[in-house]
Amino acid sequence: MSDFTIKAEGLGKKYFLRHQAAGRQYVALRDVLTEKAKSLFSPGRGASGNRNTVEEFWALKDVSFEVKQGEAVGIIGRNGAGKSTLLKLLSRITEPTKGRIRLRGRVASLLEVGTGFHPELTGRENIFLNGAVLGMARAEIKKKFDEIVAFAEVEKFLDTPVKRYSSGMYMRLAFAVAAHLEPEILIVDEVLAVGDLEFQKKCLGKMEDVSKGGRTVLFVSHNMEAVRRMCPRGIVLNQGKVEMVGSIKEAIDCYLKQKATQNPIVDLSAMFRPLPVRLKARLNTVRMAGTDDWSVAYGEQPKFEVDLTTSATLSGFELVTCLLTITGTEITTSLSTHTLTLEKVEPGNYIFDVRYEGWHLMPGRYSLRLALISTAGGEDYIPRVCEFEVRSSDLSAKHQTDRFEGMLVPTVQYNLRPKKPEGL
Amino acid sequence: MLMNEIVIEAGKTERHYWVDLWRYRELFFFLSWRDLLVRYKQTVIGLLWALIRPLLIIVIGTVIFSKLTGPSSDTLPYPVLICAATLPWQFFASAMAEASNSLIVNANMISKIYFPRLIVPASAVIVSFSDLLISLVILAGLMLWYHVMPTWRLMTLPLFTLLAFAASFGVGLWLSALNVKFRDFRYIIPFIVQFGIFVSPVFFTTHKFFEKHDEWACRIYDLNPMVAVIDGYRWALGDNASFNEIGLLTSLVVTPLLLFSGVKYFRATEKAFADII
Repeated sequence: MSDFTIKAEGLGKKYFLRHQAAGRQYVALRDVLTEKAKSLFSPGRGASGNRNTVEEFWALKDVSFEVKQGEAVGIIGRNGAGKSTLLKLLSRITEPTKGRIRLRGRVASLLEVGTGFHPELTGRENIFLNGAVLGMARAEIKKKFDEIVAFAEVEKFLDTPVKRYSSGMYMRLAFAVAAHLEPEILIVDEVLAVGDLEFQKKCLGKMEDVSKGGRTVLFVSHNMEAVRRMCPRGIVLNQGKVEMVGSIKEAIDCYLKQKATQNPIVDLSAMFRPLPVRLKARLNTVRMAGTDDWSVAYGEQPKFEVDLTTSATLSGFELVTCLLTITGTEITTSLSTHTLTLEKVEPGNYIFDVRYEGWHLMPGRYSLRLALISTAGGEDYIPRVCEFEVRSSDLSAKHQTDRFEGMLVPTVQYNLRPKKPEGL
Repeated sequence: MLMNEIVIEAGKTERHYWVDLWRYRELFFFLSWRDLLVRYKQTVIGLLWALIRPLLIIVIGTVIFSKLTGPSSDTLPYPVLICAATLPWQFFASAMAEASNSLIVNANMISKIYFPRLIVPASAVIVSFSDLLISLVILAGLMLWYHVMPTWRLMTLPLFTLLAFAASFGVGLWLSALNVKFRDFRYIIPFIVQFGIFVSPVFFTTHKFFEKHDEWACRIYDLNPMVAVIDGYRWALGDNASFNEIGLLTSLVVTPLLLFSGVKYFRATEKAFADII
């Protein structure tokens, strides 16, 4: 007799990738009809006409695990490992292709904060609406209303439409509603990657309370520090499969050992955008120039080519690049306006060349964050684009980097001069 | 401690779907409430829009078509006749159009949260329904102005409204589900709305149509579920000539069929919405 709250057995999720329709987001009836017509006129080909265009892709394959009541489990893995798919299956947003999930208790999933928020509605109205969207009963929301407002620190703006909120206020309010959910099972995806540090801490604290209160928490994050703090257990996913289940320490070690196996060109179009963004400029792809496996030798400067599309004329356009450690600590942030002023950018396709200069990254693994900003506001933001590696090299051996800690090796000018005796 | 255990299994239809729908009734309420609140936000005349649009159609219909076809009812003044058709037609058209686009508009919610998706088009229909209730003021006003005395038949108005409700929801379900996969329907829907006003007896009357066309054309004409609704509205207001027995019977078959098949198709495709939207 097991006392699980979540039990997944042989879970699989298959997607079809349509190569022909690449770049198009939906099927047009026209395509279906022409496909049908084609197969009518060349019966020999029949369904084989689709063979080259549709590829099966298992986002998850044969995933089994059990979570006991009151446990907090961190789910970690790189981009594309299947974390988000798993959460979507568990929160019943989409149906598994194979396998079975058994859930005991009310599930609330937080795949994004502020889901269902309507910009025209006031803060007060949105609290009720968002609460209902997340599965809270009206009486429950009423009871917690004051607490939510206090947590979000938006008392003064309760009757202002949220479209006039600053993005910080918006996020705080959105998270505050979510944080006051009291389901038996809470599923959380990376929502902590937003807001200022102070607020992030507050959120983490709140989540800890939830898991200490005997509720089951599933937590997906790239922030290893947060996972380590919140979850005693971890599940590592790799390419749709469970790589290991164990204590969080073992899980993080296992995750850090995984080799980077990503495409030379990373597709950003479908990636997670946790903040409300305008998307008048969109990040399409990014590649690391001069390498196919996202690694550079120590001493080489990391160079990125960011492919983006703007659909409106934007003023004060800038790209923000940010390097992070694998555990999610920010190392450096740099704005393109530091060296390049873009008064006006016309609609079109662009490539932003980014070249880091002036210092070396210590050998190790890092992660990249990208954002686009214009004077109108945040255009696009991807907190976790991908990871890259800085390999050891002759130069790093010469620099003896293995003897030191830290992440950056700056170019520092040293000069030794004889000290003149004082008093002369 | 075996509280409500949920089993999600590949390829199995949800057993407690309808229970779930009931459980999510508050969300349904909130979504409808949201759409109602938002509908006329940041407009100067607000709710008046619900009156102005049908009013304009009635005025245009009266001015243009009374000249063309002449008075076609013995008992009802022309504006009342047009009004009795415009209100249910407007309701049907906007409910259908809003429901059809509702899933796309709420794509963000659908790909992030679980709830019975049926709620979304349903709340869209409710919003249009509230517009209908508001615009009934016009009907009442016109009846007063032209001294149209209500009879017991007015009591049947809710029944015909229910029929319009079912028809628009049925069509809306079909179109919204199709719209998720084939965005072509985004362009088909306005066409249906424009085309529909001419094949429905809004600016003419059914018995005029019957006089001029043969049996076959009339039966095909009756297949339009709004024919029975509009005829019903006119009859309920006292127009004897608008009594269309076959039309009503046809609609009583067609409308439940639309609704039933719509729910079925919606349910069958709903699980993939989050993947393809």
